[in-house]
Amino acid sequence: MTSAASNHNSDTESDSNGYNFAYLDEQTKRMIRRCLLKAVAVPGYQVPFGGREMPLPYGWGTGGMQVTATIIGQDDVLKVIDQGADDTTNAVSIRRFFARTAGVATTESTLAASVIQTRHRIPETPLSHGQILVYQVPIPEPLRFIEPRETETRKMHALQEYGVMHVKLYEDIARFGHIATTYAYPVKVNGHYVMDPSPIPKFDNPKMHGSPALQLFGAGREKRIYAIPPFTRVESLDFEDHPFEIQGWDQTCEFCGSDHSFLDEVVTDDEGGRIFICSDTDYCNQRFETGARQEAV
Amino acid sequence: MTNAAMAMTEEGLAEPLLKVNDLRKLYAPGKGVDGVDFELWPGEVLGIVGESGSGKTTLLQCLSGMLTPDSGQIEYTGKQGDKLDIYDITESQRRLLLRTDWGIVHQHPRDGLRMGVSAGANIGERLMAIGERHYGTLRSTGEAWLREVEIDTARIDDLPRTFSGGMQQRLQIARNLVTQPRLVFMDEPTGGLDVSVQARLLDMLRNLVVDLGLSVVLVTHDLAVARLLSHRLMVMRGGKVVEQGLTDQILDDPQHPYSQLLVSSVLTP
Repeated sequence: MTSAASNHNSDTESDSNGYNFAYLDEQTKRMIRRCLLKAVAVPGYQVPFGGREMPLPYGWGTGGMQVTATIIGQDDVLKVIDQGADDTTNAVSIRRFFARTAGVATTESTLAASVIQTRHRIPETPLSHGQILVYQVPIPEPLRFIEPRETETRKMHALQEYGVMHVKLYEDIARFGHIATTYAYPVKVNGHYVMDPSPIPKFDNPKMHGSPALQLFGAGREKRIYAIPPFTRVESLDFEDHPFEIQGWDQTCEFCGSDHSFLDEVVTDDEGGRIFICSDTDYCNQRFETGARQEAV
Repeated sequence: MTNAAMAMTEEGLAEPLLKVNDLRKLYAPGKGVDGVDFELWPGEVLGIVGESGSGKTTLLQCLSGMLTPDSGQIEYTGKQGDKLDIYDITESQRRLLLRTDWGIVHQHPRDGLRMGVSAGANIGERLMAIGERHYGTLRSTGEAWLREVEIDTARIDDLPRTFSGGMQQRLQIARNLVTQPRLVFMDEPTGGLDVSVQARLLDMLRNLVVDLGLSVVLVTHDLAVARLLSHRLMVMRGGKVVEQGLTDQILDDPQHPYSQLLVSSVLTP
């Protein structure tokens, strides 16, 4: 992160097209940075921030974009994924947005990126220290489904009254025989705050635990920021006799043959034909290319 | 009984569970609670009767930590014999008390139940809130309490909104009693129920109170309910206690003109 450099960038290309570096003005970035510092200091705590209008609708990643715009510097390399893929509409347009307004380098490679903005997935390739993962969050409040009052949910967080989270899991087991929550699976961060990890599949929950990368969460509509600092304890809630489990597939990826990554089911015709492919396109490509190389040798 | 046990019982009896001193919460002169003192002893059922607007519910809300009074103290003797001033302790302690040591039975079951989750989850919620993390235990406790309040255990996964009014009220009671509270506040527990269902609920309540040795503060405008359940009665009017004493004494020989009016107004079929 080279944010200090971004304060004086009068000769960059982005200035000539009429926008400040990375679209947001410096005062807004300053405000968001203060919120980010607080969020990192209190892992899992939702910090309110003055969300700005972004040039795309709520629900398309405005929260994540504001966080990215705030932390990105001229030397950063940005990767944007949507449902794990680098080439979907949302990912392409956000990547192009930052390429134009900040003039930063972009990449599809998880290893090459210093900032990764994501919706729905954590990359399969393990992240390393120094990388920042920015999540786009639709509903930051895990208690909202059972308690509509903001004053009350804040109190419940402060006093750690999290019994109702287990009520939800209890209902799952009572109805379906197992914990049927598959995404936005609630986690307890650093032994205190229960947090909604945004709609990532529970398959990715274990990757948050002790991750060497900094994880930042931005909710644009709800105007909340929260964070998991590197190497923080992140536990998925469960019952003693119904422990937390991640999804598994009987199939393997059609392209790269992976049997350990998150697979998407793709319908190929109207006669029941379907294939399974990795949702993380970068990971799939890497495996595919290495596999192809090995075959060539 | 050994001497030590006897001494302990005597010591236990020597301490009132709840001690209320000059409690005041006024919305306007004469509206609300205007200087109420009383003591509630372990195992005692205290009935509070009076007309609408006499401050019964306000008093109950103040007692149960839901409404901060203007002045006055409420002292609760905790499980370890420690004295807790309800509005002096931290909010977190107060809310913990509400979830564990106390129970609140609302007049309308929908105020006290989570209507969107199953009966079993409703009963288990308090246990989960204090750290129970074993689904099997929660399940069996849920079934045991459904049996206790005479609800078919096959309905453990049904939503409370599919229950009848009487069943909802019984479920609410089970939900409160699951943490074995020592003090239960009841606000018109039989309001809105027809007489036969009322009788069954009262019968069940009376047994539970005796079996579990509960202390109860019962707000009602139904003198018959008060006579059946409560040991002691307080008659309220205009925010003040106009008369208090043993239930039978007050109902059979009311002294205050308002108590006399109240007792004589009861319809007999």
